[in-house]
Order: sequence, then C-alpha cells, then structure tokens
Amino acid sequence: MNVVVCVKQIPDPAAPASLDPGTKTLVRAGKLIMDDSDNYGVEMALQLASGEGDEVTLVSMAPGGETSGLRTGLAMGAAKAILISDDALAGSDALGTAKVLAAAIKRANPDLVVMATESTDGYTGTLPVQVAELLGFPSVTFAKSIAVDGNSVKVERQTEAGYDEVVSPLPAVVTVTAGVVEPRYPSFKGIMAAKNKPVDNLTVADLGLDPSQVGAAGSGQEITDVSEAESRGSGEIVVDEGDGAERVVAFLEQLKVI
Amino acid sequence: MAIDKIWVLAEAGDGGPTPITLELLTEARALAGTVEAVTWGTETASLAGPLGEYGATTVYDVGDLGGALPGVPVSAALAALIEGGNAPDAILIPATYDGRDVAGRLSVKIDRPVLTNVTGLVAGDDGLSSQHPIFGGSHIVTARFTGPGPAIFVIRAKSFAAEPSGGAAAAVVAAPAPDTGAANGAKLVERHVEERSGPKLDEAAVVVSGGRGLGDAANYALIEELAKLLHGAAGASRAIVDAGWVPYSHQVGQTGKTVKPTVYVACGISGATQHLVGMKNSKNIVAINKDADAPIFSVADLGVVGDVHKVIPKLIEALKAR
Repeated sequence: MNVVVCVKQIPDPAAPASLDPGTKTLVRAGKLIMDDSDNYGVEMALQLASGEGDEVTLVSMAPGGETSGLRTGLAMGAAKAILISDDALAGSDALGTAKVLAAAIKRANPDLVVMATESTDGYTGTLPVQVAELLGFPSVTFAKSIAVDGNSVKVERQTEAGYDEVVSPLPAVVTVTAGVVEPRYPSFKGIMAAKNKPVDNLTVADLGLDPSQVGAAGSGQEITDVSEAESRGSGEIVVDEGDGAERVVAFLEQLKVI
Repeated sequence: MAIDKIWVLAEAGDGGPTPITLELLTEARALAGTVEAVTWGTETASLAGPLGEYGATTVYDVGDLGGALPGVPVSAALAALIEGGNAPDAILIPATYDGRDVAGRLSVKIDRPVLTNVTGLVAGDDGLSSQHPIFGGSHIVTARFTGPGPAIFVIRAKSFAAEPSGGAAAAVVAAPAPDTGAANGAKLVERHVEERSGPKLDEAAVVVSGGRGLGDAANYALIEELAKLLHGAAGASRAIVDAGWVPYSHQVGQTGKTVKPTVYVACGISGATQHLVGMKNSKNIVAINKDADAPIFSVADLGVVGDVHKVIPKLIEALKAR
C-alpha cells in the first residue's frame, strides 16, 4: 500500500510571528520545522503502511528548496519525499496550494492520502478536501481512528455530539486530529538514514501547471487591512492567599448566576 | 457593487435548523435583498417554516443523501445550481465539520477560493469584506475576494445574533445532486452520540473548562462537579482533549466549539491562541491559573493567580454550602 502524507514546513510556532506590513502575509524567516500537527499523520501512515512492500511518501510545498522539516518525517520512517519549491508559488492561497499538492500526489499513485485537519500557522482547514476534490477521491475529515481493510478504510469521524463510523473505498483522503496516535521520536539511526533518503525536487512547470493558477497570480483573495482588535477592559487580577475561591463566589454573586 | 442575493448553507439539528444557521440567515438578511437557503436530509419539508421565519424565501432541497457524507453531494448540487445561472453574490457556510467539507469541495468545483474563520462581514463599495481574528484574537484581518463571485465564506458560530424576521414559510425547490462517481464513496455506517447531562456546551449560560494545569485526567471530575453546581456545561482545552482526558465534544477553541456564555471559568488553562478564539467573546471570564504570566489573564475579568487544586475544591465547598 502506498500512503502519501502531506506535511507543512512552518516557522517554529514558539518563535514570534508577525505580518509583513507591505504584503500583509505571514512573515516566514529562519529555519522551518515540520508542523507539529503533521507528526500524527506521519505516525498514522507509518502504522498503516507497515507491511511488506508498503511505502510512505511525504509531499510538501515550501520556499527555497527547504527540506529541514521533511527530514523529520523521513527520520520517523517515511521512505521518500516530493518537494515542490518554486518562486512562482509565493503568496498561494489554499486553493492554489491544493492544485500543486494534488498534482504532486498523483505522481505517487497513492492508495491513501493522510493529512492534518489543519495547519498550526494558517489553519484554513479546507485544503485537504480541496485536494480530495481535485484528485476525484472521497474524503473523511476529522478522523480519530483509521483502519484499512482490503480496499476500504474505516474511520471514526468526530462530530459535534460524538463520532460517526464512516467507511470509504480507497483511494481516499483522510484527515487526522492531533492525539489520534502517539508519534514516535526519530531514532539516531533514523536521523542518519534520513540524510540519504530521496527527495524529488519539482517546480510548477514539472507538474504541468499553469503559473497563472498558482501563487499570488492565482490567488483570488487579498488582505485589505490588519488592525488591533478591541481589547477587553483589563480585569482584576488577584493572587490567591486562601481567599481565591471567595473572590470567585463574590464575582458570580455580583453577576447573579448564583 | 450591490449585494443582491446570498445563500446560506442550512444545517438541521435536533428538531430544526441549527443555531448557526439562524445566525447566518439573520446576517444575510442585513446584507442582501434576497436570502435563500440550501439544505439536505430527510426532514427538509419541516425546515421551510423556520428557515422562512428567519428570512429565507426559497429553500433548495438536495434531498436524502443515502448515507453519503454531505461534502460531495451537497457541493455538487450547489455547483449545479450556480451553473444553471442562479448564482448568488455570496455563500455563507457554517464552520462545522460538514460545512467545511462542502466549502472545500465547492471551491474546487467552481474554481473560487474560500475565506475561512470569518467572524464578521462588511458590505462596502467593492463588495463584501470578511473579518478574521488572528493571533488569538488580538488582531483582526480584513480580506476580500478579488475575482468574480460567488464568494464562499466559512463563518464561525456566534459571530452574529439570530433574530427572526417573521417571514412566511420558504418555497421548497428540489435541487438533487448530480452523479459524482467515486468521490462520493464515503458512507456513514453508524452515529454515536455521547451522553450528556446538563445544558449543551455551546448554549450554556455558564461554562467551566479545564486544561493541562489540572495535572491529571482524574482531576477533570472537579471541572464537571463545578459545572454542575453552576448549572453549566463542562469544557476543555485542546491540550487535554489531545491527551485523551476528555472527548472531543468538550473542546472549546479553534477546532472545537465557540462559546459565548454569561460566565466562562477557565481552570488551569494557559490561554493558547487556539483556545482564546473559542471563548474570548464570553460576557464575563474568570481565570484560575498558577502562572501569573499566562495569556488567559489578559482576557479575564477576574483572574486568580493560584493553584487550581486548592482553589477549585474550596469553590465547590462554598457553592455546596449555599
């Protein structure tokens, strides 16, 4: 079974983020890391593709030929990666990104595509379904468990009130939430092996896509303003000296909820 | 550019349209002359009344999906309606699990982008703009579509207040989904609804939520007990949901529920961006956390810097004694 995992290489969320005042896009400086949300997808894929002849391929789109985040996934055990890197992709919106990823995923001829429900830094949350639609695959989003059985995949999909059991034929796109599995830490051996695993570098032209469909040129949306939100009036902060609970009770009484 | 017509993706819940459906219809009414709804399922006939009461004049009925997940067939029906020359200026879609699926699929079918995480809409000279909270809600980004419509907006719950217009029942027009082939292969086998006592998390007047600061899964019982004493609902941060302490249906935040109660009590929650966007608009916020620098205190009306393991049991004791 071929499993593709889409991974996003993002600036470390622990580092402060900012918006470029000119272009009003997220500023991405420094070394990129694999989005923490993607650890779960990579782990799930490795568990599902653990049989003879099974293979996990990572697919990522990132500027400047960046592979530092991909190496994390390769060190965990993925066999190879496809990286799409092209100056023409700067400023891509989710739909443009989906077109690029879908074209690259096709090359890996997957039985299953696993993605995080949303990235940590951009969180539009529609990209996996856009990829599925472009590939003509069924999709099951917000999976809390996945089991492959022959030519179908059984998923427990979280809902507002509980979960749904869903069955889909393969190939399919499934998105996983954090916590679905416990991601492994790359071993020293894995880290060393990852350095020599193949990364296929592709451009927009390699994928046969029209440059006018992707990047800022293909983006059908723009940011017109960024402003500070109306802040809540600063409240009262007290240090508990045994009277913390009383203060809360008094506050609730004042609001007449008790 | 005048906004003539808006569609709202109408979802059905227990015995009628979901609260967010009514919120979106109310906002659509304020923005456009004509408001229409698109819905699906087996009970659609009973929705014509309530959807009309909130301003929809027509309900496009995709009908029974035969067990398929809504994303593929409902987006296909929407695309067919648009191709049929019926396109609205904008489509408002609830930020729910199914809503996002419909939005993503539709986006590809009509080759238009989607703007997600919308919490406000503004009508201007050049069409509709949408507002999006970023950095945990400290800043608001305003965005708009640059190409031809229809514009697809995915909107968070409780962004608008629902108010009936007193309109007559909407006319129901059948809008069956065209054949979508292999893409429509995912089928619902069985629904599992978690048992709940007390009010719904996103409708409760009081919400008590717990986070990593509780230290251990067993301590979540304190949150449930406190919520019960306050006749409220128990919520959770993503951290403890991911850790498996409580089910996803309790999650408040970006990927969980948006709540706007009279009082929100955050216990042992640091206040990550992910969490703040789901509760920041609560009318009153109480935070109990031992870290005085926790971001949650920046939105608290009353902040108690203290150990939740000491403060909560005392609070429970005091409430029981009343």
